[in-house]
Amino acid sequence: MATLFHPTAAFSTSHKLHIPSPISVRKGQIFVVRSDARMNNLISRGAHKSQTQRLLTNAVATKADNSSSSKTGHELLLFEALQEGLEEEMERDPRVCVMGEDVGHYGGSYKVTKGLAPKFGDLRVLDTPIAENAFTGMGIGAAMTGLRPVVEGMNMGFLLLAFNQISNNCGMLHYTSGGQFKIPIVIRGPGGVGRQLGAEHSQRLESYFQSIPGIQMVACSTPYNAKGLMKAAIRSENPVILFEHVLLYNLKERIPDEEYVLSLEEAEMVRPGEHVTILTYSRMRYHVMQAAKTLVNKGYDPEVIDIRSLKPFDLYTIGNSVKKTHRVLIVEECMRTGGIGASLTAAITENFNDYLDAPIICLSSQDVPTPYAGTLEEWTVVQPAQIVTAVEQLCQ
Amino acid sequence: MNLNRDGDTLMTLMGTTGIDFPGGTVDFIPEMKFIYGSDKERIPCYRVLDDNGQPIADHNFVQVSEEVAVKMYTDMVTLRSMDTIFYEAQRQGRISFYVTAIGEEAINVASAAALAMDDVVFPQYREAGVLLWRGFTLQEFANQLFSNKYDNGKGRQMPAHYGSNKHNYVTIASTIATQISHAVGAAYSLKMDKKDACAVTYFGDGGSSEGDFHAALNFAAVMEAPVIFICRNNGWAISTPISDQFRSDGVVVKGQAYGVRSIRVDGNDALAIFSAVQAARKMAVTEDRPILIEALTYRVGHHSTSDDSTKYRPANEIEWWRVARDPVARFRKWIENNGWWNDRAESELINNLRQRLLHTIQVAESVEKPPLADAFSDVYDIPPSNLREQEQWLKEIVKEQPQEYPANISV
Repeated sequence: MATLFHPTAAFSTSHKLHIPSPISVRKGQIFVVRSDARMNNLISRGAHKSQTQRLLTNAVATKADNSSSSKTGHELLLFEALQEGLEEEMERDPRVCVMGEDVGHYGGSYKVTKGLAPKFGDLRVLDTPIAENAFTGMGIGAAMTGLRPVVEGMNMGFLLLAFNQISNNCGMLHYTSGGQFKIPIVIRGPGGVGRQLGAEHSQRLESYFQSIPGIQMVACSTPYNAKGLMKAAIRSENPVILFEHVLLYNLKERIPDEEYVLSLEEAEMVRPGEHVTILTYSRMRYHVMQAAKTLVNKGYDPEVIDIRSLKPFDLYTIGNSVKKTHRVLIVEECMRTGGIGASLTAAITENFNDYLDAPIICLSSQDVPTPYAGTLEEWTVVQPAQIVTAVEQLCQ
Repeated sequence: MNLNRDGDTLMTLMGTTGIDFPGGTVDFIPEMKFIYGSDKERIPCYRVLDDNGQPIADHNFVQVSEEVAVKMYTDMVTLRSMDTIFYEAQRQGRISFYVTAIGEEAINVASAAALAMDDVVFPQYREAGVLLWRGFTLQEFANQLFSNKYDNGKGRQMPAHYGSNKHNYVTIASTIATQISHAVGAAYSLKMDKKDACAVTYFGDGGSSEGDFHAALNFAAVMEAPVIFICRNNGWAISTPISDQFRSDGVVVKGQAYGVRSIRVDGNDALAIFSAVQAARKMAVTEDRPILIEALTYRVGHHSTSDDSTKYRPANEIEWWRVARDPVARFRKWIENNGWWNDRAESELINNLRQRLLHTIQVAESVEKPPLADAFSDVYDIPPSNLREQEQWLKEIVKEQPQEYPANISV
């Protein structure tokens, strides 16, 4: 049962989103987020059915209490899931507030804050002038005096202007004040390589921020984990940076009606397997899952883990997987140099070297600014074919 | 277009006298007139006491009670003694670093006296007097300077980077002007809570060049936030004089550009500062508006103990401001004229202070430093596994090779 989505994001009416693979599987239902000739063919193929059988039994297993509610629940798009999580937290706690550019009546550049200003007022959903460093600083000051702000960067890349506040103050003040002042702030926004948005709007800030002590970083990839992580980030006493991806906002999924909050430090088992551990996050999860279909056809059994928590890494889940498969492939959208993959490679090598049968392979974007031309842009990002080749190489 | 209207309105509708633009009507003029960057006439400076501590005729200021005036004076003297003795301690190698506020005691203490304890203060680093007024003890100051285990910052910040949530004084960060944005955020929070309080932030002339200053003033105006911006224009940003810092008429004119009500005050006149800050606070809290106060003063001391200002400015300039424009002496004359102070009280105060300060240094020096665990706590609310690992690793190394590590740190 394929479900078409309607692109609502500002940029995407003329562009197609390449999210061909099933993003989550519940009992008997497959939610395809995009209509694409290729995808339809896959669905009609008989072979696909048996794959889905196998995939069905290894359903997305984040929390056990999730599976029982799959018949009920409600369908929504990822940006709506974020909005729902944010709205629920704002209702629950009057100290939660939102600030950023055009988050008020405009509803946010990707509509994550849609409907919040009319409901909660212009003060709690604050439109700020254009000064990222200053409004991030404002959020920090507000957090120190008792509020729980959610600061939105219109595009993650703009938060580079807020680096001083994030690094020198947000991450530090709880520590340097001796624990006297806490900063329960959430900093979020869309990032990653989009569809021809140009180099400045295709930044992957997780590599730059990962060193900052005192902050936590998580990346959402499905409507289910987007809502759960948003709620968890708001409830956390630490500053949390929530990375969303420009191309994932229109993913559709059925999520539970009951309230749920995910853990900020846990990775998500997307597809258990035996032969190789593939670690990924955000949009690359979908490229990995598409590659996984090809790999399964070729007889491999990859284990796919969406690491979700970029700082700190969930080395427990990752370690257990490494101990099982002995082979690791990291697929990320960061640049090669100094990316999340680089740190993850180091962490795994340090902790689980004895369990590895082969050197870790890390697939990342090249160390180039993202070009505008569509074909060039596509080739700076890791593609499923490269993932398949890498697994074959690992498993020789 | 309604042709029955009178001629004037018709003219306006046809756009010959002005234009309706977002923000209001703007009149047209046929002369091409450039607004000059800075007028020959500078914004005047509000002052109440002359250089001899005599009230100027036709002044308007808030009458200060004897109790408040004497506390203001003693705190100003205490601040100066603190600065002198702690500076000496740094020179003797007992502490690593210190920042003095010599010449700016009136700004520190008088502004604090005009605020309420609920007002949240976001300092730069030359406002120890505000914390002193609020009740931070000399021993607490010394503990922070020596980074011992009684420091409420747990030894994590440089000396003179005080912070105390009990006194609503946010921990100082070395970054310039970042606190100005924080203050606006705090004001936003106070406004949402409808508290009878405002946020107050201090910064120097140099700090007003940072982007955070401009954006914060802009935000505060747009959001109608209850915040007081106090600029200590002391003429120097380390070695950069204000002529190299900006070409505007100081900092006060910048307030107008952002739609913020502003005033320029004589920073070495404690009464003027007190009056201006009190009035500003009332406006901020009751009208939900930001206020900018530019206090003109002079940084008599060096920028910090890492600086020797005689290298870039004439010694006689420093000396002139230190003596002829001394805010402490000026205020002393005023309270003595009121019969609230005398020489005996003065000598008692000075002697007592010197003893007490030396004692605090002795005590602070002898207290042990914070334990190793404090290097890893408070990074997060609960230490994650990688930090616990790193702490464990370090503990083991220190245990194995204790001779390589200082003896006065508990593991």
